[in-house]
Amino acid sequence: MSAIRVLSPGFQTTVQDLGRFGFAQFGVSASGAADALALRAGNLLVGNAENAAALEMTLVGGAFEFEADTVVVLTGSDLDAGLPLWTPLEIKAGGGVRCRATRSGARGYLCVRGGIDVPKPLGSASVHLLTGLGGRALRAGDVLSIGDAAVRRPRHPRPGPLAAAPQSERHTTLRVTAGPQAAWFAGDLYAAAWSITEESDRMGLRLRGPAIPSPAGHMITEGVPLGAVQVPPGGQPIILFVEHQTTGGYPKPANVVSADFWRLGQLRPRDQVRFEEVAMERALELLREQERWLYALV
Amino acid sequence: MTIRPASDRSLLVSFGDQISPGARRQVLRLTHSLEGLRPIRNLHPAFTSVLVEFDPRLTRQAEIEDLIREKTLGQAGCAEQDMLETARQVEIPVRYGGEFGPDLEEVARHAGLTATRVVELHASAEYLVYFLGFATFFVYLGGLPAEIATPRLAAPRRHVPAGSVGIAGSQTGIYPMASPGGWRIVGRTDLRLLDLQAVPPPLVRLGDRVRFVPVAEVRS
Repeated sequence: MSAIRVLSPGFQTTVQDLGRFGFAQFGVSASGAADALALRAGNLLVGNAENAAALEMTLVGGAFEFEADTVVVLTGSDLDAGLPLWTPLEIKAGGGVRCRATRSGARGYLCVRGGIDVPKPLGSASVHLLTGLGGRALRAGDVLSIGDAAVRRPRHPRPGPLAAAPQSERHTTLRVTAGPQAAWFAGDLYAAAWSITEESDRMGLRLRGPAIPSPAGHMITEGVPLGAVQVPPGGQPIILFVEHQTTGGYPKPANVVSADFWRLGQLRPRDQVRFEEVAMERALELLREQERWLYALV
Repeated sequence: MTIRPASDRSLLVSFGDQISPGARRQVLRLTHSLEGLRPIRNLHPAFTSVLVEFDPRLTRQAEIEDLIREKTLGQAGCAEQDMLETARQVEIPVRYGGEFGPDLEEVARHAGLTATRVVELHASAEYLVYFLGFATFFVYLGGLPAEIATPRLAAPRRHVPAGSVGIAGSQTGIYPMASPGGWRIVGRTDLRLLDLQAVPPPLVRLGDRVRFVPVAEVRS
C-alpha cells in the first residue's frame, strides 16, 4: 500500500471528508471540509468518490513526500506550490508536493487518487479539532496510507468550467436567507461591511463592525445550522462554521446560503464581507448552478 | 407546533416557547421518530424545538415538512413513554466558586442572595436532562430554581475549562470539554463527561435525572 509522508505540516493541516452526520443529538457537529466544493472537485478530478478523505491546509500549506507513483490534485486556494490548480498531476515515487503561504484564500486541498485511509469514528474521517474526534492536525513525520476510494480514471478539467473555478476575494458578498429571528432585527446586518477577525476558526467566523443593537425578544436555546449568523448581546455577529455548536441561544437574523459555504472556508482574517438577503428559491437556484459547474468541470 | 425554515437546508420545528416537561416529551418523540430516516441528515433537539437538517440537492423542503407532520400526527408514544419513565439518576460532584466558579459572585449579586445560598439552591434541585447539544455531550438541564436564573455573558468567553457548570437564563449545564462559551460559570466537576471511546452513549443521557453535590467549601 502506498503512503504519504508529512515533511512539514504547514500552519494547520487536517484530514477532512464531507463530514460526520447523524450525531447532532449528542452535540456532535458535522465538521468536514471548510470548502467542501474544492474537496469534491478535487476528488472528482483524481477519479475518487466525492466523499473521499483529503488534506485540508490552512493559510500556510505543508510539504509531503509520496512513497509510490501517485496522482494528486490541488484545489481551493493557491498555496504557492508552483503547480497548476484543479489539474490532476502524476507524482513519481519519492517525489513530493511543497506548499507555502497562501497567495489567495484561507484553504487549499491536496486530494490523492484513492483518498487518505484513516479510521472513521462515527462514520467520518473528518478531524474535529475541538474534541479530537477523528484525530488531530498533522505533524512532521506523520505517515498517512492511501486508500482505495478511486472509482474511475482521473480526468482533466474542461477549459470553460476551469476558467470559472471559484476564486476567493478580499471583499466578499455573502448571500443569506432570513434566519429564525429575522423579524427581531432592523437592517443593521445589511447596512455595514464586516471584517473577519483573527479569532475566527473552523468553529465560527467572528466579525467586527458597528455593534448591532440587542433585540428585545426572549430566546430559548435551539438547534443551529451551518452558516447561521448569530448576534450575541455585544452586537458583533458570529457565523457558525463546520465545527459549530449544535444548539445556541443567541438570535439569528440570517443564514448563509449553501452555495456560499465555500466562501466561508476561504475567508481570511481582515477580509471584508457584506450580506445580501435572497429569497429561498434564489438560494436553491444558486446551489443548482454550483452543482452544474462542478459536474461540468470533469 | 410550528415549522419554519432556519436555512436553505434545515427546518426548525417548535413546540411553543415555554420550557416544560410536555414540550420536552414532544421533542424527544419527534427526535426518536425521525432518527435514521434517509432524507434526514442531522437532528438537533433542544428545550422546546428540533432542528431538522436535510440535503437540499436530494430533498425538497416541502417533503421534509410533510414527513414531520406525518410523524407528529402518528405518535402513539408508548415506546417513548417507556424510555422516559426508565430515567436514571446521576450525581455530579461540583466545586463551587473561586477559580472553579468565576461567575458565582455575579450570579449572587444578580439574585440579591449570598454565594452560599446560590450554591444551596443550585444543589437542592433535581434536574431533567432536556437534551445534549451546543458542543459534543454538553448536557442541558431543566429545573433551575427561578431565584438564581441569570442572563448569559454579553460576550462569550474564548475559553471555559472542561467540567465547568454554568447558568444561562433559567437553564443550567456542564461543559464537557474546554471551549468558548457564554454561560455564567458557578463551579466545576472533575467527572469526565467527554469520553469519545464511549460514543454513544455518553455518561449523562437524554432522559436522565441529575443532582449536583457540592464537594468543597464555597470560596469567593
